[in-house]
Amino acid sequence: MEPTLIPALLTMSGLGALLAGGLAFADRKLRVEEDERIGEVLGVLPGANCGGCGLAGCQDFAVKVVAGEKDVNGCPVGGPDVAAEIARILGVEAGDSIRLVARVHCRGGNGLAQVKASYAGPASCSAKALVSGGDKACLYGCLGGGDCVEACQFDAIFMDEQGLPQVMDVLCTGCGACVKACPRDIIELHPETHELFVFCRNRDDPRTARKVCAVACIGCAICAKKSNGAISMKDNLAVIDYARLDPGIIPIERCSTKAIGFLRPPEPAREAGTASGTGATQGEAAL
Amino acid sequence: MAWFGLGDRSFKGGVHPPDQKALTRDLPLEQMPDPELLLLPLQQHLGRPAVPLVKKGDWVRQGQLLADAADGISAVVRASRAGTITAIRAGGTTAGFPGSMLVLQPGPPPPSAEGEEPRETSPVSLPPLDPATVTASDVVSRVRDAGIVGQGGAAFPAAVKLAPPKDTRLDLLIVNGCECEPYLTRDFRLMVERPAALVEGAALAARTLGVARVVIGIENNKPAAVTALRAAGAAPERPAWTGGISIEILPLQTKYPQGAEKMLIEAATGRRVPPGGLPMAVGAAIQNVGTILAIRDAVVDGQVQTDAVLTVSGRGIVRPANLRVPVGTPIADVIAFCGGLRDDVARVVVGGPMMGIAQHDLAAPVVKACSGILALTRAELGPESEPGSCVRCGRCAEACPINLVPSRLARLSELGRYEDARDWGIEVCMECGTCAFACPSHVPLVQWLRLGKQQVRLLARRAS
Repeated sequence: MEPTLIPALLTMSGLGALLAGGLAFADRKLRVEEDERIGEVLGVLPGANCGGCGLAGCQDFAVKVVAGEKDVNGCPVGGPDVAAEIARILGVEAGDSIRLVARVHCRGGNGLAQVKASYAGPASCSAKALVSGGDKACLYGCLGGGDCVEACQFDAIFMDEQGLPQVMDVLCTGCGACVKACPRDIIELHPETHELFVFCRNRDDPRTARKVCAVACIGCAICAKKSNGAISMKDNLAVIDYARLDPGIIPIERCSTKAIGFLRPPEPAREAGTASGTGATQGEAAL
Repeated sequence: MAWFGLGDRSFKGGVHPPDQKALTRDLPLEQMPDPELLLLPLQQHLGRPAVPLVKKGDWVRQGQLLADAADGISAVVRASRAGTITAIRAGGTTAGFPGSMLVLQPGPPPPSAEGEEPRETSPVSLPPLDPATVTASDVVSRVRDAGIVGQGGAAFPAAVKLAPPKDTRLDLLIVNGCECEPYLTRDFRLMVERPAALVEGAALAARTLGVARVVIGIENNKPAAVTALRAAGAAPERPAWTGGISIEILPLQTKYPQGAEKMLIEAATGRRVPPGGLPMAVGAAIQNVGTILAIRDAVVDGQVQTDAVLTVSGRGIVRPANLRVPVGTPIADVIAFCGGLRDDVARVVVGGPMMGIAQHDLAAPVVKACSGILALTRAELGPESEPGSCVRCGRCAEACPINLVPSRLARLSELGRYEDARDWGIEVCMECGTCAFACPSHVPLVQWLRLGKQQVRLLARRAS
């Protein structure tokens, strides 16, 4: 053996041994105990980091759900499937989680809502709202700038030819990003079973409401009178209490502005009680 | 630069919009007759809306207290004319948003019933105070009673600014006669028509604040105002009690926004108000010319603020004018008094063309701090052009009087990166519009900045 190799070999082996020892020591001493279930939960989460659960992201949610600080059905995007998976990992009951979808409470599209001025500037709704409350005469209605479309990570919202946002139920995950983005607070998350809505947020007095939009709720209370207490009037606006609602008895045909109504016309097939797979079929119907 | 005797002082940055003041500069202030209906918003000031004290059907005297100041920063609302309150309702304001307002129909009182004492019908006036002996606290409470708000644009209640916190050390009062917004000439008219009263008012405000030095800053496109005030401010012309107070008339470069309070302080004293700070941080108090006159009239003559002084101008109006208008007069009535709008009018703006608000509803009333009504034609507004992209020329950053980088801030705001925008100082932007004026690409910088500021405020609110 070349004599020059010996010191090199010795140095390298010595260094190797030293570093290996250091690593072994670090592994012992600096070990962070992590619940392996966190990794598993993270694996079943959608991984969109959308913040729909109200936390910083999926990792944060996984940590909190394993620690028991968050419910297993706390991920609105994953829905019941993910909740069941998480429940299996954690060995608890999943409970029922009803899928939430975004609903737009304004139908004052082009031609129906009065326009008070021409607006020039950034198309963002929030920017519009700062300039005399936007170009629509109604101070409560959709501004049509598409902030919700921009906010939706799942491409579930588009602007229709009326200038109003449409939510595609199949794609909507109920994360609530659009709800936060809307400066007018006209988007709300509703269980997908809700069918009857007041498609208006106008709280003006009846005369002003009628003046600014053809489909505004004018606070006449006809729907409330026949609702058995499920609809109450608040600031000239009908508010639905879904816990007490029987959609069949509401005289929606008597609403003079059609502000209250069903999300989509009732289908004969659904009356027969086909409960399964309605998410997809209804979503396609909405398209 | 004044320091080398080469010209008048100013600040760094700024722009030179055509001043357009020749339209109304030489027209004396005239009184507009009473309209058929007055609309008195409960919020004509910065802060909280006033609380109504009258009800529907009440007949009120001119100057009578209609709504009391709310707690905190607020101001009272007084009847600008005698008449009957016909409603308290929501209505459009010149700020663009609806607000609660009192509807007053000017007219004589209803006949008093049998056996009732005859009604007092003369205007309400407060007892005049002797400016030579009045105490500071009396001045402050008088200004509050009279409902005076700052005439410079923000409509900040004047009494609050006259009573700074105990531990502030002030050494001068700056009177803002810059009137840097194009078109507007009402401050100029006040300065040339009432110079002696202005000097007296300035001395009174200075004594109330406990300072011995007054600087009246005037842009050098108003030499007549400088001459008039120099004559009135000369010692022999002044009332004896103002002897201890030095009054300096300081011509400044004509440059927008010279009349912004921080820019004026910098030009007049060389001191810079720290970002987010108030003028008192550098020992200065600042009041607009119109505010000073209103304070003087309230103290010396016992007048309450019933009329707004404003300029009606622009090439879209038939007869431009400088007017005294009863507070609450709908804008449409003022325009009608000035001969109406021409056919080629494109926009009606309340305030100046740089910071004013375009109106969509001419039924909105004139409020106490209304400085002007402009009817602008397409030619005056400039060509209608689609906003382009930022070309990175840096003109906005050069023009920004407070050293922000508007292009960067607008982009951050557009991208929704509000935390970054906050770190780049978006909160100190005063929305003067200098950057947007300087932008060759017509990027709506101010709108993006306003959006960013609002979102940063929301962030802060959510965090707390």
